[in-house]
Amino acid sequence: MVSKLPVRRFDALIIGAGGAGMRASLQLAEAGLSVAVLSKVFPTRSHTVAAQGGIGASLGNMSEDHWLWHMYDTIKGSDWLGDQDAIEYMCKMAPQVVYELEHFGMPFDRNPDGTIYQRPFGGHSANFGEKAIQRACAAADRTGHAMLHTLYQRNVRARTQFFVEWMALDLIRDADGEVLGVTALEMETGDVMILEAKVTMFATGGAGRIFAASTNAFINTGDGLGMAARAGVPLQDMEFWQFHPTGVAGAGVLITEGVRGEGGILLNSQGERFMERYAPNLKDLASRDVVSRSMDQEIKEGRGCGPNRDYVLLKLDHLGPEVINKRLPSIREIAIKFANVDPIREPIPVVPTIHYMMGGIPTNVHGQVVLPQGSDPAAVLPGLYAVGECACVSVHGANRLGTNSLLDLLVFGRSAGNHVVGQNLTAQSHKPLPKDAGELSLARLARLDAATSGESVAQVASDLRKSMQSHCGVFRNQQLLAAGVQKVLELEARSQRTAISDRSRIFNTARVEALELDNLVETAKATIFSAEARRESRGAQARSDYPARDDANWLNHTLWYRDGNRLAYKPVNLKPMSVDSFPPKARTY
Amino acid sequence: MRFRIYRYDPEQDAKPRLQEYDIALDPHDRMLLDALIRLKSVDDSLSFRRSCREGVCGSDAMNINGRNGLACTTNLKTLAEPVELRPLPGLPVVRDLIVDMSQFFKQYHSIKPYLVNDEPPPERERLQSPGERERLDGLYECILCACCSTACPSFWWNPDKFVGPAGLLNAYRFIADSRDRDLNDRLDNLEDPYRLFRCHSIMNCVDVCPKGLNPTRAIGNIKTMIVKRAV
Repeated sequence: MVSKLPVRRFDALIIGAGGAGMRASLQLAEAGLSVAVLSKVFPTRSHTVAAQGGIGASLGNMSEDHWLWHMYDTIKGSDWLGDQDAIEYMCKMAPQVVYELEHFGMPFDRNPDGTIYQRPFGGHSANFGEKAIQRACAAADRTGHAMLHTLYQRNVRARTQFFVEWMALDLIRDADGEVLGVTALEMETGDVMILEAKVTMFATGGAGRIFAASTNAFINTGDGLGMAARAGVPLQDMEFWQFHPTGVAGAGVLITEGVRGEGGILLNSQGERFMERYAPNLKDLASRDVVSRSMDQEIKEGRGCGPNRDYVLLKLDHLGPEVINKRLPSIREIAIKFANVDPIREPIPVVPTIHYMMGGIPTNVHGQVVLPQGSDPAAVLPGLYAVGECACVSVHGANRLGTNSLLDLLVFGRSAGNHVVGQNLTAQSHKPLPKDAGELSLARLARLDAATSGESVAQVASDLRKSMQSHCGVFRNQQLLAAGVQKVLELEARSQRTAISDRSRIFNTARVEALELDNLVETAKATIFSAEARRESRGAQARSDYPARDDANWLNHTLWYRDGNRLAYKPVNLKPMSVDSFPPKARTY
Repeated sequence: MRFRIYRYDPEQDAKPRLQEYDIALDPHDRMLLDALIRLKSVDDSLSFRRSCREGVCGSDAMNINGRNGLACTTNLKTLAEPVELRPLPGLPVVRDLIVDMSQFFKQYHSIKPYLVNDEPPPERERLQSPGERERLDGLYECILCACCSTACPSFWWNPDKFVGPAGLLNAYRFIADSRDRDLNDRLDNLEDPYRLFRCHSIMNCVDVCPKGLNPTRAIGNIKTMIVKRAV
């Protein structure tokens, strides 16, 4: 079989050219390694581009701040499911990676003294929860766009080699389990190839497209998760999906938390600022899981707005046109285009909307993929790294704080890149490819080529999204989840019986979408099986039948294996690297 | 709603054709991209790029009723029927609405699209006043969708020699950055009858930019700087 597919060789392969992938590739390219960065889209079209609000770092430009405070907020935000060693690492590194990004040319907003402007954001506080703090380093409300372009520009300078509009299909592992590269499809020509590498790094981003209402781009189909799952790598904490409180009602488009950071407030149908009741201290700037649940509760209790009472209002007109035009210009543009309202005069209708996947491929702080082996709960899987949203380090635990995702990309993209550089790859040779390399991908493609009749991919994907939306939403319970498990299994079966009518080899997007569906299905299975089994409420997993957090039984990371949908658990690391542990306590804002 | 869409698959079609579609839209279909996705659910061979669906990634630029724009931020209500969709003009067509953007990116890459400053950076951020930072507004927001360059007659005639509005806007983004130390080289790189001076201020670029940016003004600023430097 090996001989059937052409092979290209690199020292390192990075799959995905968003913030994490390009922060990592920068380290590799600048170290002179032969690295190929694959991306389904031109790098500046990766979904990092849509991030709006800011990057969390305790620069202390606005008032006193410490990485330890940031660390505490992140642990509390994670509902104590985050690993404290990784969180310490990220928060400590935050100022350095932000300064580096500034040196790369990032157009941050500025304070009168010339330092980087920082805005308040949900769940970020001074002095261990005392009051809100300005920690989000911002470029207007286009921080992700500015960051992604800056990283791409820096990679142009470093002469990074990009493979644009290539889709990775499957991992290649040998008999020892070592990862030796991937199979990939060049979209423009339809050619399938083996890309061989001593190190493969996934930076494939999120998978919000398993839900019907999502802030995520069309490309966020969990390709890294699907590839990992099919290759026997477990996925961690997949029950934890963040609903962003402010997606435009009906459209799903994101409205940054920075709106509330700048002083915007949420109102119910009675004009009440209801967050004062749910989070007396941080109010509208409580963490996202808390705000989303409060909004859902208001809507459930009949205090939603509009003809169907199914959304709440985000009011910001009191900030004045100057602040809105200077700090939130894209939000104004989005509101006008997608909600028909000019926020200078009217509030924006918003609903909690799927936004971010806290779980992912389990890794350590170097980005190395880890899995339980014998008595070691976190043995390194040779040859495979994962960074960014597709990875689970775990710094976000059960709920991510706003601004910590861009930070995660920078910190762990960089650390994984450095770790790969430290491997001295040029001195090593490629291991021989297994005889069956590429077979799985060829079989998947052959099935599609042979299918002359079957359901449409769009139909199955749409049904999958609807099922996940109704069975795995803000509030969950046993009955809903158990039925959801069955539905997802039925959809998995249906996904194997799809057919496409496009027979061209040239830029066949129907084929790409069919291959993406396989990845969506793996992600959905991991999510619903993990959610069904976790009988507690923690962070983004809110179960009406188990409303309390249960540290005695559930202070554990979930590991889902594709084989038999098996679940295993491993303990949360409550031990930081250098400071005292923050033991679990009640979480109020 | 009725559509007339440019179709071309080099494997099957000797030459491009326009295909008519008539499709019932859902009340939730707000933007042109929503309609395209509905069309694709019926005819999966219809090929176009898309990603963020909110006007920030720059994937779904196309020629809509004769004018370049993003499908995801073009409201269906603003479109006369039949809606005629063609690939961006002036670039080779790969398939249907998908163009080969190599030439466009080659020009972008040619302007050294990165900050140049070899002074050892401070331990913290480099300082920049709010006023200095404001000079980047209207420049850094470019999404590289190519609506502007492919609406520019000068770029159509000389895509290999003229940098084009997107590339020049980005060139000025770095010229205008108080942290950049490469001014002279940047101006040298553009002081050329084609690279910069093929711009004749036709202003199609300003007219079509989906982000409301003004490449013509940026180009004018570069021209002024080159003239001033000479005297």
